Order: sequence, then structure tokens, then C-alpha cells
Amino acid sequence: MTLFYLFGAVAVIASLLVIAQRNPIYSVLLLIASFGALSGLYVLLDAPFVAVTQIIVYAGAIMVLFLFVVMLLNAPHEETEHDEKVHPLRRPGPMRFGAALAVALVVELIWALTRGTSEAGAFGETAVSSVRALGRSLFTDYAFAFEVTSVLILVAMVGAVVLAKRDPRAHS
Amino acid sequence: MPTLNDYLVLSAILFAIGTAGVFVRRNLITILLSIEIMLNAVNLSFVAFGRSLGTADGQIIVFFVMTVAAAEAAVGLAIVIGLFRHRESLNPDTFTSLKW
Repeated sequence: MTLFYLFGAVAVIASLLVIAQRNPIYSVLLLIASFGALSGLYVLLDAPFVAVTQIIVYAGAIMVLFLFVVMLLNAPHEETEHDEKVHPLRRPGPMRFGAALAVALVVELIWALTRGTSEAGAFGETAVSSVRALGRSLFTDYAFAFEVTSVLILVAMVGAVVLAKRDPRAHS
Repeated sequence: MPTLNDYLVLSAILFAIGTAGVFVRRNLITILLSIEIMLNAVNLSFVAFGRSLGTADGQIIVFFVMTVAAAEAAVGLAIVIGLFRHRESLNPDTFTSLKW
């Protein structure tokens, strides 16, 4: 229970700081901390393989991709029509709509979750945590989705290369 | 022991933080990071539901979501690089026309 609150607090605070940071590099690094806390939560949920994959794939690969692009573009500060000194979260106008929407969303979700019966909340005894069972399920029941995933990755790779390629006619 | 509701509330809070980030921030990279926060909140609820039902399906779906997130990050960042080359800006308010 204590570990749940510890990991949950780290995840929530790190995610809030991701939103509040001006510099995207700090946002990316804080998001890695948030993913680490989430991986701890996966361990608490008896899903160690998901926890390891979270660290390796998310924190190791995807976030490094983000960090690489942030450093490549070299545009650390947010440019708006507002004064640079005004913090991004305090700017007036339609941006307050986002904060109001988020508060409404979380209140609604927590209300929907807490008004149900409380007996449905406790976890059962059975937990599928072995990599063997996961792999068996992945390659039998979900074999078609697994193969389609490879096509998705191929399309994403080709698309990224085509999109990021410099147009030879633009700069001659 | 924390119950399923605790995990779902935490997932809801994280999802709301991601939503707020998409609407509040005016930086394309931070918006993509907020989308990653939302995807992870959904992943957490998938794993919690799978643990509650005692099946492996929740964890399997998390792997597919991670794959989609990787593809989305690759294509999204390629688009961001292309946009930055054209306008020298990461502010989404700058990109108002489809063709230039």
C-alpha cells in the first residue's frame, strides 16, 4: 500500500512537472521518471515483464527519440505571442479551457469510480505473471494482431524516412 | 492492499494531466509528450483490469499499445522536424494553412 502511494505520487508529480516545464529537455527527463514510477506500479500488479518492457522500450527507446529531436531542433523555449516571462500555465485566454477540461474530466472519472460497489475492487488470487504464459497467448490467440503489428512498424519506418527527408527542390 | 479502484483513479488523474497538457501547452514536442502520458495512463488501467480478471489479455494489449506509441512517436517527430524546417517554430498556432 505504501509503495503504491509512493509510486503513484512520483508518477503524478512528475507528469505535472512535464506539463509545467518550459524547457522540453526537462519535460522529457521528467517523463522518464514518471515512466519509472509506472514500471514500479506494474511490478506491484504482478506484471514484471510489462515493467521491464516499459523501462526498455519507453524510457530507453521512445524517450531517447524525443530527446534526440529536442536536441536536433535546438528550440528550447516556447514561442507565443505572450510575454516570455509569463509561465505557460498562467497564460490567459483559451488555454484556461484545457485546465478546466482536465479538472472536469478527473472529477467525473473519480465520481464514476467511487459511486460503484466497493466489493468489486479487491484483486483476486490468480495472476498471470510468467513470460511463458504471455508468449503463448501472444503467439496463439493474438498471432494475427502480432503480425499486423510488424506491418505497422514497417509503415511507420517508411513514413518517418519519407517525411523527414529533405526536399531536394526546396534548397538548391 | 490497493484495490482496482485505486489504480483506476490514478490512471484517471494521469489521463487528465495528459489532456491538460495537450490543451494548455503551445509546443509541439510537449504536446506529443502529453499524448505519451495519456497512453501510459490507459496502459496502467489495462494492466490493472487484467490483474483483476486474472487473465493475460491486459498485458498483451499493453504491448500493442507500446508498439503503436513507438510508431506514433516516430511519425509524429518526423512531422515535427518537417514543420520546423518550414517555419522555424514549434508553436502549433503558426501552422494555420495546409499548403505553403
